[in-house]
Amino acid sequence: MTCLHLLVTLGFAVSLGTTVEVQRPRGVPLTKKHFYEENKPFTCLDGSRTIPFDRVNDDYCDCKDGSDEPGTAACPNGSFHCTNAGYRPMFIPSSRINDGICDCCDTTDEYNSGAICENTCKELGRKEREVLQKMAEITKEGFLLKQQLIEEAKKGREEKQGKVTDMQENKKQLEEKVEALRTVKETAEQPEKEAKERHLKAWEEQKAAIRLEKDKAKMAEAFSELDDNADGFVSVSELQSHVELDPDADGTLTETEVQGLMGGAAQVDTSTFESVWTNIKDKYHSESQPEEPAPVETPPDEVKEPVVDNDSEPYPEDDISEEDDEEEDDEDDYHEDDDKAPPTVKTPEKSQEDEEAMPPYDPDTQALIEAAQKARDDFEDSEKALREMDDQIRNIEKELSFDFGPDAEFTYMYSQCYELTTSEYVYRLCPFNRVSQKPKYGGSETNLGTWGSWSGPENNKYLVMKYEHGTGCWQGPNRSTTVKLTCGKETVVTSTSEPSRCEYLMEFTTPAVCQEPNNTERSPHGHEEL
Amino acid sequence: MAVISIERMGLLSVVCVFLFFTSAFAVDRGNFKTCDQSAFCKRQRALKPGQSPYRALLETLELSDSRLTLQLINDNNKVHLLLELYRLQGNMTRVKINELKPLKPRFEVPDVLISEPPTEPLSVLSKDDNGVVLSLGVENQRLIVSARPFRLDIMEGPEVLLSLNSRGLLAFEHLRLHKDTQAQTDGAEVKESVDGDQQQEEKDEGGERDKEEDGLWEETFKSHTDTKPNGPTSISLDFSLPGVEHVYGIPEHADDLKLKTTDGGDPYRLYNLDVFQYELYNPMALYGSIPVMLAHNTQRTMGIFWLNAAETWVDISSNTAGKTVFGKMLDFVQGSSEKPQTDVRWISESGIIDVFIMLGPKPSDVFSQYASLTGTQAFPPLASLGYHQCRWNYNDQEDVKSVDQGFDQHDIPYDFIWLDIEHADGKRYFTWDPHKFPQPKEMLQGLMDKRRKMVSIVDPHIRVDSGYKIHNEITSKDFYVKNKDGRNYEGWCWPGNSGYPDFTNPEMRAWWASMFAYDQYEGSMENLFTWNDMNEPSVFNGPEVTMHKDALHGKWEHRDIHNIYGLYVQMATAEGQTQRSGGVERPFVLTRAFFAGSQRYGAVWTGDNAAEWDHLKISIPMCLSLGLVGVSFCGADVGGFFKNPSAELLVRWYQTGAYQPFFRAHAHLDTTRREPWLFGPENTALIREVIRQRYALLPYWYQLLYQAHKTGTPVMRPLWVDYPKDTATFTVDDEFLIGSDLLVHPVTEEGSRGVTAYLPGAGEVWYDVHTFQKHNGAQNLYIPVTLSSIPVFQRGGSIIPRKDRVRRSSACMENDPYTLYVALSPKKFAKGELYIDDGHSFNYDTKKEFIHRSLTFANNALTSSNLCPDCNFLTSSWIEKVLILGASKPSKVLLKVDGKETTVDFEFDTSMSVLTLRKPGMNAGADWTLLLQ
Repeated sequence: MTCLHLLVTLGFAVSLGTTVEVQRPRGVPLTKKHFYEENKPFTCLDGSRTIPFDRVNDDYCDCKDGSDEPGTAACPNGSFHCTNAGYRPMFIPSSRINDGICDCCDTTDEYNSGAICENTCKELGRKEREVLQKMAEITKEGFLLKQQLIEEAKKGREEKQGKVTDMQENKKQLEEKVEALRTVKETAEQPEKEAKERHLKAWEEQKAAIRLEKDKAKMAEAFSELDDNADGFVSVSELQSHVELDPDADGTLTETEVQGLMGGAAQVDTSTFESVWTNIKDKYHSESQPEEPAPVETPPDEVKEPVVDNDSEPYPEDDISEEDDEEEDDEDDYHEDDDKAPPTVKTPEKSQEDEEAMPPYDPDTQALIEAAQKARDDFEDSEKALREMDDQIRNIEKELSFDFGPDAEFTYMYSQCYELTTSEYVYRLCPFNRVSQKPKYGGSETNLGTWGSWSGPENNKYLVMKYEHGTGCWQGPNRSTTVKLTCGKETVVTSTSEPSRCEYLMEFTTPAVCQEPNNTERSPHGHEEL
Repeated sequence: MAVISIERMGLLSVVCVFLFFTSAFAVDRGNFKTCDQSAFCKRQRALKPGQSPYRALLETLELSDSRLTLQLINDNNKVHLLLELYRLQGNMTRVKINELKPLKPRFEVPDVLISEPPTEPLSVLSKDDNGVVLSLGVENQRLIVSARPFRLDIMEGPEVLLSLNSRGLLAFEHLRLHKDTQAQTDGAEVKESVDGDQQQEEKDEGGERDKEEDGLWEETFKSHTDTKPNGPTSISLDFSLPGVEHVYGIPEHADDLKLKTTDGGDPYRLYNLDVFQYELYNPMALYGSIPVMLAHNTQRTMGIFWLNAAETWVDISSNTAGKTVFGKMLDFVQGSSEKPQTDVRWISESGIIDVFIMLGPKPSDVFSQYASLTGTQAFPPLASLGYHQCRWNYNDQEDVKSVDQGFDQHDIPYDFIWLDIEHADGKRYFTWDPHKFPQPKEMLQGLMDKRRKMVSIVDPHIRVDSGYKIHNEITSKDFYVKNKDGRNYEGWCWPGNSGYPDFTNPEMRAWWASMFAYDQYEGSMENLFTWNDMNEPSVFNGPEVTMHKDALHGKWEHRDIHNIYGLYVQMATAEGQTQRSGGVERPFVLTRAFFAGSQRYGAVWTGDNAAEWDHLKISIPMCLSLGLVGVSFCGADVGGFFKNPSAELLVRWYQTGAYQPFFRAHAHLDTTRREPWLFGPENTALIREVIRQRYALLPYWYQLLYQAHKTGTPVMRPLWVDYPKDTATFTVDDEFLIGSDLLVHPVTEEGSRGVTAYLPGAGEVWYDVHTFQKHNGAQNLYIPVTLSSIPVFQRGGSIIPRKDRVRRSSACMENDPYTLYVALSPKKFAKGELYIDDGHSFNYDTKKEFIHRSLTFANNALTSSNLCPDCNFLTSSWIEKVLILGASKPSKVLLKVDGKETTVDFEFDTSMSVLTLRKPGMNAGADWTLLLQ
């Protein structure tokens, strides 16, 4: 049976260098000392029963709440207090008393186990102070940085808001301008259209006249050809030799058919031939030219025309994201539309028949066209400017809509990316956007989640970021990443891990979470003991 | 971890392996053979009973003192067999049948029997032309050898206990030459296949006309062709068990405790296989095989041990199987009807017939009989009875550290944290991933500082890689299994292309053991133990995901040794662990594959189960079946390996697993993390509570393992083992006993509000261990449950020592005091034991350094007396409290130690009749008496 000291004398140095001795049962904190009065019956702290004082710390559990055995492992629910002079006092479950493992740096938990423990409190205290000091420095500096960040964010936000307001104003003007230019354009296009039509009409008339003359010449020529006997008349028989005129295309041109062509007349002279010519001119083959020089209708050669490929617009180089298919509202995306295709200057088309080419516009018309084109260009330019402005406004508004923290201290991370290279992968955290992983030595990038929400504990949700709906895992969920934020001077991803399949964890330091250094900073020593 | 069942897989298609993982959660039955697809099983099963061609040649009978030999002849083909009969000490009979003159030796399984079983004299009582009657020595037991047809009957008095070849299904395919040339001469009536077949065989002598579909000389399953250079070699024998309706054992199957009849379905199959996502309630083979069957009725328990390591099928039929309860009642009322009988038939692909008939008569006799043949459960280090935290995989040292800290933060005890295959460098076992585990010793030291331990996995497939020391040494020592052409056998497993060391080779095993030396296994320390997985062996691209049967282990085919390969792996590993400490420290090795005798080497778990309620349920009959045939240290993956358990299922599984011998949580790589504290504070508290219950009971568990080690008695056992005359217990497998004294009925139904537990024992009482409420035995008790309930009862008449001060790990509890839970029988009697040793060394055995005490409560006195007076061990543990359940209030309690008397304070709870003795304080190793006056 173990022999236990009921009371221990606890001596510890305080910062002044004096030694205070306080007697109390083992494992009892000073704050509870008054419950344990020597030689008076002890009442369990839950009031459940009262026992003789010699049953306190007698290595047998009498109180349901474990309060009679603060210094032994007898109660399953007890707790032991180590003073840890030089370091931090703490409570440990009483099951760790005399279990052969040194838990308290002052070794008080292993008083009867044979475990050889060294008092490491001073060392721990020193280290902790160092760490705390360092932390304090970091916190201090971080907090300063955070103020700057807040300031910047505030400024930035104001700027942006101002910008949006300005832009909204400008947008209005721009809209008006677009409307004005639309009117100008439409006004300029009306005379242009009329002039063009006039020009076209004149040209059509001219063409018709030329055609008529040509026809007449042909007719005369035909007449003389047909009039084999040169008697000034074209007879039925003379016409009958032109089988190609056969109206029913049965290969023979009968007399009756010819008569039909000739309007019932037996012969016609030059003047009456005109009506016959109308009937036959489409089929008539000149005798002088064995093959009809039929106007060769070359199909318009499309291949030669420059192909305007609207799809091959180069992608903006600064956004190669493949996976970012969800929230794709980059301004770059729509910025050069087909309707902005340069107005094709009409080069006179090469025609077989030069005489049929439209003559250039007269200077007046040309002037009107140029004026209209300019109006059109102006209008389109302004419309584009308006769209761009819309995009810009939308982007800024989107940015402004993010929850960048209570003081917008996380604003600066927006549109930034932070990388961490491990032995195998390069991890990339783009706050408020996405997390990705790319094999160091080639291979495609994997999306580990896109921005989801702040999901820290209730008292400070800004300590954890959650990125969700990344690339799906085989036989598993979509990848997701939890980013834990800690105070640091620099904004750095310090570690990544995959605690569970496809659930990633990132440690991320930033000044943005640095708390204001506590002015009434608690000393690492357990001064509450005094 | 598991493998997929892909019958054919290109060697480069490791990707496929993973693709298959995504398939539905169910075994692909098509990847595993049915009896019809296993040529010898089909041939053998085609035989009809009642036409045995075998005749005993009584004139050849020779009887030496303890050995009887007799020739048998197959009248169809004139092949002679040699029967050997032995009467073994401890009420057993051994029957061996081999060819009298085989073309070459047939395989006889070595290394399973712990020694040549000692025999007892046999004597001939009478002999005539029809047979011989032998005396078996004890209890007017006789063995009757009938000549025509050959048959053996074991009788006790007028009762036939067991008969061999009573149905005439003895069939012994003799070794023969493959003579293709004559194959067509007389192909007409070619039903020849099994020698015992009634088909005309005389003409066949030497003239095999085996049609390819008979699979005599070659057999193809899916795309794998099994060349059979030795041709047909299968054997079969039937056993009749008059008066028996309940048979058990022959693990491993995911099925009920009581074996079912196999008429109209497949026989139970014994062939160690890596079955991906196994299905429940069917006779398919699983990871391990123990060819031992127990037969039980109210009068007697017997066992049949079929010592054969080849693929084996077991058919069971019963003449009462089809009968309804009403039908049976009718039989009873009418006094009519045949006696119930169970018939069993064993079929193996090769080897010889070597059967041990264990005649009981009590269950405990069968356990000790089987233990006398194959040895007992290894006595594990105490810590291995604590809680094990496993996962595929703890990612790196940091992860291990944070999980370890998690246990402390949540004040949950644990003893072992496990590392699965990802810890090794490229699945090269005995190495560490240099990035994830750069400082294994630092990690192990960190655990040691907390008095905790670790297990790393070491599988038997070895990465073929000339930069890998283990591979190079095995290659240079020529220790790999060979394929049929004599080249190193290679197959696909976790590391990719792998070789398989020939563990049947003792030199190979010795070398393997030497690899566990601290200077060989770099980064290992004394708190690192081992897990042997995939030792069926699993070969991803092999037939049925295992090794080709025509692969060679020395001169034997893999066909002959298949089921014992896994045993050898664990044997060599355990040996290595023992050797590294100079034989001082006990090993701990977990295995997935096993065979008869595996109990000597460590623990077994039930393989890759799933997070499903039915898998939780099946863990009970699966471990009970293993316990009946020697393997006490059994457990199932807590939580279920595949899939994610609901919080409720996880909690229920912890509650069940905490009361099973091997208590380890494990999870598949693709599951979400499930350490005990990840399911909210309420569930964390429930899990903490049940793990603490486990730790409090460690003294009892340890004592039971010691008992199992000494006697072969199962630790976790079916009710009928302790209540063999109570037929109500015979099919119970949703509750079980731990030792004789704790009865557990785990809650295994989702959303359960209550369970009905059967409390056995007319005239006995059981105490609820949580409330101390007393219940009468021989009743079905409805117990309302909440999520925190674990129905556990202590038997009235027992004393269970506990350590109620639960600490971080079992080692931390070493010197803690005991509380004795004395549960009085109605006659105010109780007894129990207390076993104490150092918890980890062999000194209990080599130096008798242990304390073994008998605790008895009788005549109002509780006495501790020494069961091992010449033992010497000192403990600083003491008795802090004694609870006497079902007591009456004494006026005074006196403690007598060393002739001195002191009074002991006590409290009495009248509502539950619980007397609590406060701090008697005597040393746990001392002689003492507590007197209630």
